[in-house]
Amino acid sequence: MSFLNHQLHIGRIDAYIDPMVPRDLAIITHGHADHARFGHKHVIATHETIEIMKVRYGENCAERFEPLALRETKRIGDVDITLYPAGHVLGSAQVLLEHAGERIVVTGDYKRGEDSTCEDFEVVPCDILVTEATFGLPVFQHPSPQEEIGKLLQSVENNPTRSHLVGAYALGKAQRVIRLLREAGYDKPIYLHGAQEKLCNFYQEHGVDLGDLRKATLDNKGDFEGAIVIAPPSALKDRWSRRFPDPVVSMASGWMQVKQRARQRGCELPLVISDHADWNELIDTIRDTGAKKIWVTHGREDALVYQCREMGLEAEPLSLQGRDEDGED
Amino acid sequence: MKEFAVLLDKLALTPSRNRKIDMMAAYFRDTPDPDRGIALAILTDNLSFAHLKASKIKEVAKAHVDEHLFKLSYDYVGDLGETVALIWPYYKEGEELTSLADLIEELNAVKKKDLPDVIERYLTICNPNERWALIKLVTGGLRIGVSARLAKTALAKMGDEDLQEIEEIWHGLEPPYQRLFDWLDDKTDKPEIKHSETFHPLMLSNPIDEIKDFEKLKPEHFQVEWKWDGIRVQIVMDGEKKAMYSRTGDDISHAFPDVIEALEGSAVLDGELLVGHDFEPDSFNHLQQRLNRKTVSKKMMEENPAFVRVYDVLFDGDEDVRELALSERRKRLEAWFEANAQTRLDLSQMLDFKDWDELRGIRERGADEHGHEGVMIKLKTSPYVPGRPKGLWYKWKRDPYYADAILMYAQRGHGKRSSFYSDYTFGVWKGNEIVPIGKAYFGFTDEELKELDKFVRKNTLNRFGPVREVKKELVLEVAFDSVHESSRHKSGIALRFPRIHRIRWDKPAQEADTIETMRAFL
Repeated sequence: MSFLNHQLHIGRIDAYIDPMVPRDLAIITHGHADHARFGHKHVIATHETIEIMKVRYGENCAERFEPLALRETKRIGDVDITLYPAGHVLGSAQVLLEHAGERIVVTGDYKRGEDSTCEDFEVVPCDILVTEATFGLPVFQHPSPQEEIGKLLQSVENNPTRSHLVGAYALGKAQRVIRLLREAGYDKPIYLHGAQEKLCNFYQEHGVDLGDLRKATLDNKGDFEGAIVIAPPSALKDRWSRRFPDPVVSMASGWMQVKQRARQRGCELPLVISDHADWNELIDTIRDTGAKKIWVTHGREDALVYQCREMGLEAEPLSLQGRDEDGED
Repeated sequence: MKEFAVLLDKLALTPSRNRKIDMMAAYFRDTPDPDRGIALAILTDNLSFAHLKASKIKEVAKAHVDEHLFKLSYDYVGDLGETVALIWPYYKEGEELTSLADLIEELNAVKKKDLPDVIERYLTICNPNERWALIKLVTGGLRIGVSARLAKTALAKMGDEDLQEIEEIWHGLEPPYQRLFDWLDDKTDKPEIKHSETFHPLMLSNPIDEIKDFEKLKPEHFQVEWKWDGIRVQIVMDGEKKAMYSRTGDDISHAFPDVIEALEGSAVLDGELLVGHDFEPDSFNHLQQRLNRKTVSKKMMEENPAFVRVYDVLFDGDEDVRELALSERRKRLEAWFEANAQTRLDLSQMLDFKDWDELRGIRERGADEHGHEGVMIKLKTSPYVPGRPKGLWYKWKRDPYYADAILMYAQRGHGKRSSFYSDYTFGVWKGNEIVPIGKAYFGFTDEELKELDKFVRKNTLNRFGPVREVKKELVLEVAFDSVHESSRHKSGIALRFPRIHRIRWDKPAQEADTIETMRAFL
């Protein structure tokens, strides 16, 4: 038995990683709702993740916050806790746990591709790797995000009278899409759905330059011809979207790789831009960490567990309750 | 090939019909011959080459991908072609892709045993979207929400011609449609196709809306006939050449030499293909034994002799009579039968009725006593208009039968429904056991689909690949047109045209129907 159990509970210090229900001590990997919850007594996370939790749930969403800088070790009892960047969203971290010579890494959600809105993923050697598997099937091989953003810009050029409505989750994806657009030289104002504003401001305050952002309110109605508007995916089919002239409905997500998924969502311009590791990144990471035991938390765990065993590793699915099977991607 | 793959992708993802038309029109305008003609043939499903079975594509992929991972991926993606396109592990970027025409030529020329190698080579030099398009192309059946008619509509738009003009000559033309494009490009006149050498698009009916339509329609303006339970055919003959086409324009003469050889005269006729002795139609089951066959044995022709019950005439001799009113065409048809004695053709009789209520009774008795599918209600003044024009011809189908069956298995759908358990196998009681009687994947609303999907996920007993066995608790009211014997089902019966009519959340499974009640419909 390891000092971390399959519920991601460290019994000897009664701490949980990303618990779904209120706990005395919670180590939070990042700010997405299926990892960061309301109501813990004591939260350990990166400074940014703590701030994100406060932005989303309010100042008092936990009794006590304890920021832990990346690569700094905190000892509780006889367990050492260190956070390393996960490359998923701003503030996202992997958790390294050390006890009696055993090293366990819980990745949280992660990706290996470049992303100028957060720190790059770092490989942390370990004995047990607890990995996500959102895109844990070999059909998921993410293309280059620059190429995908190129498709959006091409479509904007080809359809100068239509607005482009891009569905992107409020934390991480929205800001990444905006950064990618800026890096590709797009310097016009980008319009935001109300639900995107708080976190975009937060990113800007934390040194991620998103350029000229404006509210997609009705007062600006005339400006939407040829414009790019970023909205939460749920708003794309909402009455809210009616204010835009003949919109091209787009969506930035790893799921857009599967055409049928895109069709189901009524997405005309799918952009395969993901904040999760694709199949090859998952396997590279498993290999790079040198871990001999792999625990797979959520996503398509069947395939990844099978693949690990084929690679001669011990592997088990954890089937954690409450994790979003489709990832907040 | 590159441009065609982009077009297919855009067509698959664009919901707007008009935008699809614009995309295709632009493609036809910008693409050189013969590629655009090949593309048109593909979009209208008229490209004849030896399609590769989907299972072959699967084999190609499995030689390079772990079988178990492939299976899990396919189960997740729900579309075989797309699974292969995404999972293919090699990509040699930057190699020039051949033109569509050259690709088809190569696929046609290559020996069957070498085909997997050719496919492999192409998969490797294609990007995932091009692979997806390639696989769709070689396996046939695009399923991207583009009908042949829509493609022709785009063609009409590109050439600034009437769609009807294109439809009229369409079946006399062949890929790569050089003559057609020359005409649409205003380089030549419209191609002339002799009427006796081609299929002519059919006129179709709309279902009647019993509440709204009967209020407005006057019975004396309509001619009514039985809706025969066979298949719609068109007979084209000019005294020498004789042919019979299916409703989609496929020449099916070879399978019905008994009918073809007996034809006399010159005309284009519209009617129903049936089987039976002395013009007494047998059930659709009998007809089915003669459909989709390349050859037909003497015995089969003796057991199930075919005939055509004619209800309309498009050409009387060489004369195009489609502009005439139905009542005029009917007179012509009767006169034609007088002049040309037939042994395998007869006339569909008109039904006498005073008002819609009386017709309702006639229709019910026809269904109960003779197994008719319902009645056809045709405006006497209607010209013969190809397509499905509104307000001219109506079909009034007989009421379906219903049974309460129990949901047994569910399978993930394909295409748009690939993330839902949307194909349902249901059964009825046989003693203490439940035996499957059929499978249905439509009839429910999107809302009901979500609820059914939820039920399946919550009540799964076993998983067999994409299939889930569920707790035998949910009663489905299934509508169907008829019941026939079937050795393929454990229950010994099969339903024709089954669909989910209602979900009986309220009904306990114990009260579902039994095999005995089902056999009573036989």
